[in-house]
This record gives sequence, structure tokens and C-alpha cells, in this order.
Amino acid sequence: MSAGTDLGIVVRDGRFAPAADEAFVAIESAEEAAGIGNRAIEVANAIAAEALGPHLASIPAIAIRFPAFNDGRGFSLARQLRRLGYKGTLRARGHVLADQYPMALRCGFDEVEITEAQAARQPENQWVDAYQRIRHNYQDRLKYGAA
Amino acid sequence: MYTYNEFDEAFVRSRVAQFRGQVEKRLDGSLTEDEFRPLRLMNGLYLQLHAYMLRVAIPYGTLDSRKMRQLAHIAETWDRGYGHFTTRQNIQYNWPKLKDVPDMLDALADVGMHAIQTSGNCIRNVTSDHFAAAAADEIEDPRPTAELMRQWSTDHPEFQFLPRKFKIAITGAPNDRAVVKSHDIGIRMVRGDNGEVGYEISVGGGLGRSPFVGKVIREFLPKADLLPYLESIMQVYNLSGRRDNKYKARIKILVHETGLDEIRAEVEELFPQIREEFTHPSDELLAAIEPHFAPPAFVEKPLGDYEAALAADPLLRSFVETNVVAHKHPSYAIVTISLKPVGGTPGDATAEQMRVMADIAERYSHDELRISHEQNVILPHVAKADLPAVHAALRDAGLGTANVGLISDIIACPGMDYCALATARSIPIAQEISTRFNELKLEHEIGQMKIKISGCINACGHHHVGHIGILGLDRAGVENYQITLGGDGAETMTLGERAGPGFSAEELVPALERLIDAYLKVRRDRQESFLEAYRRLGVAPFKAALYPDQAKDAA
Ligand code: SF4
Repeated sequence: MSAGTDLGIVVRDGRFAPAADEAFVAIESAEEAAGIGNRAIEVANAIAAEALGPHLASIPAIAIRFPAFNDGRGFSLARQLRRLGYKGTLRARGHVLADQYPMALRCGFDEVEITEAQAARQPENQWVDAYQRIRHNYQDRLKYGAA
Repeated sequence: MYTYNEFDEAFVRSRVAQFRGQVEKRLDGSLTEDEFRPLRLMNGLYLQLHAYMLRVAIPYGTLDSRKMRQLAHIAETWDRGYGHFTTRQNIQYNWPKLKDVPDMLDALADVGMHAIQTSGNCIRNVTSDHFAAAAADEIEDPRPTAELMRQWSTDHPEFQFLPRKFKIAITGAPNDRAVVKSHDIGIRMVRGDNGEVGYEISVGGGLGRSPFVGKVIREFLPKADLLPYLESIMQVYNLSGRRDNKYKARIKILVHETGLDEIRAEVEELFPQIREEFTHPSDELLAAIEPHFAPPAFVEKPLGDYEAALAADPLLRSFVETNVVAHKHPSYAIVTISLKPVGGTPGDATAEQMRVMADIAERYSHDELRISHEQNVILPHVAKADLPAVHAALRDAGLGTANVGLISDIIACPGMDYCALATARSIPIAQEISTRFNELKLEHEIGQMKIKISGCINACGHHHVGHIGILGLDRAGVENYQITLGGDGAETMTLGERAGPGFSAEELVPALERLIDAYLKVRRDRQESFLEAYRRLGVAPFKAALYPDQAKDAA
């Protein structure tokens, strides 16, 4: 994990797991991404998706920072990365509310990482509940004709 | 009228259940007000000056009698027996108790309504022409497209946390009654080179503290491409809109600072990629919605009695002159019910009045009602032969005010009486103006006049596009009203110009009287409206009337 953060709870399939000692290398620019090779990276939500484009195939995981729950740029960035063909793990990292969990998943994230403090306020059952709500939505019907 | 299918029904019910849980958590203290705030806002629940306020969406302003009766029932059961229709085709309840709100939402769901996305930084209730499918000048009914956009924008996972709120309006007629160019996205249905119907898309319109007229980003968008194109605009905005300053966060500022051409280039680059994600083109999706909006079965009724009644009854004549306009079907008419009685609160209706309107609509308007952004209620399909009966029923319920489009048909935001952001009162000002000009018996003489009043710089009362706009400010603790002149919200949208220094609440109505007096003196004839006279003569004669002392000084 990059230095100076107090995150630590990863939510996958609605369940809490402590963040393993994953090494996400913080990247501030496209140039830095060029030399990154086979490592997981962490990016700000303001980075341009296309800048990462050429390197996506080799990056196993990308964490997009959510500085505040009401800053929704990460949702669009995740969709752009998926559209560019990114197949690795996408993590929403930071201030994401349980009610936003289905939105994150529907935008292409695989998992969310929150602080221990937030996990204490929004315990696992809230995320399990939210996880149930992912399917019943208008956009899948309009886009893919899903029932 | 669009009726919910199983999917819509289940969706709305699950949202109510979810909110019920959140309210319980708030009431037992396990959610703080800070944590509860974004959740309640997602469901249209605001905290106002004195109480909570629930804002209910009336999608594209269309209702039937069943829905209107339910709105009456909600007003009576959980509020103080009335509701307030807003400039965004919503209805607001000003006095609900938090514990009752989930029940109110369930009652709405019973008739296929909701309060989802009537607040927060998301895509808000899509608004449209209140004369849709009835107006003679229409290219096509815009409401199927509006309904498609409602579905697409509801709970859209990517666009719930935009830099700022986002408003979309659509009109299907060349005469723009929906003020589309004052919206973040404004859509006009237009014909392409081969006569096919598509959309002209504008972006970056808005009123508020920095008003802009929307700019055309795509002159002709085929129906098939609608949702992917909108999604492209939204994605550009979500990623690039400013988040450092909430007053600069609307898309109008992004378009203004970045430049339309650059924004267009970004949108057009994304568009083909996003279109690939849609397996169904938007025209196919529309085709599934269109049958819900099939026109009613119009019937021919003989007009003899109507013409006799018109000749005999001056009140009916006056009502027809002001409140009734041509329908696309020659023996029908569109009736506007004024919610602006002299001295009343613009846009308020009691539960009893809502029921009367529902009954009349059921009996005489093919069971349809509309809410207009001018805070009136429309009966879109009334046979001319039924006009005398409709007028009589309205009059009995105190709804017969014949003032649509006249000086007392004022748009006013809630202002200091309800709104936590207000810097001045607006409803009492509207009441004073309508009372005064009613006393003077000048209303019909003055003719077409749109006065719009906002209680603060946020401009919910659309003062920028009022022929006369009034903006209430706070100057060192004292209300001060600024006047703008020459604004226009139609297809010729123009922002009004500030006339000069503001007036105190006491000075305002006399100043308006001088202004109107000047207009009556300088107009060519009765046909020339205030706005036309202003355009012909410029601001000078009106300024001189507003500020007679300055005029003297200059002389
Ligand atoms: S214009 Fe200002 S006072 Fe009026 S409703 Fe809007 S925010 Fe409130």
C-alpha cells in the first residue's frame, strides 16, 4: 500500500476483507505509467484514461482514488478504462459510501477500499444490502436489453 | 400517458423501502444528519427554513386524474392541505414530517410517481412543453423522448455525483414554451434534410448567478443516437466540470471557459465509442414507449351552444381570450387554469382544487392534465363545446382567474417565506403587484406581460427571462429589488438587462406603475406588447420612468 494512507478494508462481493499488503504504486502522470511494468498502480481521478492506454495490458490492478464521496469523476474514469479494454482489477479507493457501491460495480469497478473508521460506521451488512441492488436498473435494460 | 411496467414499479418500490430504512436509522440516531443528508437528497427531501420539504417529480409535467387526486390525498393526509407547483414541473410539499415521508413516497408509487433525483448533483426531472401533443405548431410529441431520458437518467451509476445539478428540457415545437435554452442541455425536435425528425442539441444554458443562453453543440442528431450522445456530453462534463467552486460548477461555466468547439470535439470523439456500448439504438427504445402517448380519440361536438354562450357571457369571453389557445384539432382547445388568483401565492393549489381539476380533466380533457413551468395547470384536450361547462366548474372552485399571460400571471420562487437560501421575499411581492394592477383595472389594457421574481441570485423564479424581471437581494439587512428589462424565455431567448439601482420593497410597486405607464404612453398601439416596445425603443424611455429624479438631473 502506498505510504501515508489509513485505508485497509476491501469490499468484494459485498464482504469485508482486510487489505492484503498489496503494493499499489502511486502514479501522478502518464510518463510515470510508462516505466511501471507489471505492477499495480494507484491514480488520481483526474488522470486521463487515454494516457494509460498503451500500458493497460501489463498492469494487473488499478486503484482510482475517491477523495470525497461526492466527487464522481472516478465513476467515469472507470468506465473509460473498461472501454479502452482494461481487463485487470479496478478498485475504488477512499471515500465511497455503501449506497454508492452498486454504482461503482456498475461502472466497472471490482472492489472498493475504505478506511477502518468508515467500515466501523458503515458495517458489512450495509454493503451486503447494497450489493443486492446492483441488478435491478434501467441502464442495463436500455443498453443491453436486459430484463 | 406512460404507465409503469413491472420493472418501473419494482424499481420505485425498492427505492422507497431503502429510504424507509434510512429514515429509521436517522430517527434512532444511527445516521447523523450529515450522513443522512445525501441520502434524503437522493429522494427529494430538503431541509428548509421551517421544516422539511418534499419535492415530487411530475415527469415532463404530465398527469392524469388519478395522479392528481393522489397529490391531493398526500397534501391532506401528511401536509397542510395544499401543494406548490414549481417552475420545474414539480410539486412541493412544504410541511411534511420526516417519519411520514416514506408513507408519502409509497402513496406516490401507488400511482406511478416518485421523488427520485429531484435534488442533488444529478440529472433532474426532465421538463417539456406543457402543450405537448395538443399544440398546433408541433413537429412531434416530445414526451416519449422525455420519458426515455427519464429512464436513462434514473439511478444512472455514472452520473449521480456530478460537479453540480443537471437539467434537461425538450420541446417538440418551434415555438419554445419550455425555455430549453436556459437548461444544461436543451433539446429541440427539428426536421433533417429529408424531413426525418431528429434533435437539435444545445448545451450550457442556465440562469442563476451567471446566466447564459445555451449554445448549439449538434445541429441535427438522429433519434437513433440520442442516449449515446447525451452520455458523451455527461461524461465530458463529469470529468472536466469544475469542482473547486460550486458557483462555477455548472456545465455552462465549462462551456464558457473551455469554448464550445473544444467541448464539441471532446464529445464527438467519445460518442462513437459510447455508441458501441448500446446494443439498441435509441429510436428502437422510443418505439416501445411511443404507444403510451397515443393521442386521445377526439370527438366532434356541435359548436352552436358554445358560440351562443360566448356571445352571452362576458366572463366566459374574457376567460377564453386569455386562458384558451388553439389546439391542433380544430374543434378542440387548450385551457390553462391560472394558479395566480389576485393576491394569492403563485403555484399553490389546495387539495380541494386539485380534486376539482382532476374531475374536470377526467370529464372534459381526455383525463389529462399538465403542469407548466409558469406554475399553471393545463387541460390539454378540451372540446370547444365543453368550454362553458369547464369555465363554470373552474369558477365555482375559485380557479377561473382569467389572467394567463397577463401582468398578474407572475412566476415567483418561494423566497423568504420558505427557502433557506433566500435574500428577500418574493411571494408577497407577487401578491402586491397582482393586487395593485387589479385595482387599477389595467390588466387587459397592458396585455402580454411576463413578470418573474426570484428571492435570491439563484434565479429559481427565472427573472432573467422575464419581460420584467425582479431579483430580491439583501443590502445590509434590508430587502432591495433589482429590475431587469427585456428578458425573453421563448425561442428568441434573451437575458434581461439590469435597469439600474434597486428599489426597496415599498418603492417597488410604484416604480412598476411608472414603468407600465411609460409603456402605455410609448407603445404604437394595443398590438405592440411591452417586450416589442422595449425592443423597438431600447431601455431609455423605461429607465426614465423608473428613475425620474435622474432624468431630471440629466435635463
Ligand atoms: S431563487 Fe433563491 S430564494 Fe428563490 S427558491 Fe431559488 S434559491 Fe430560494
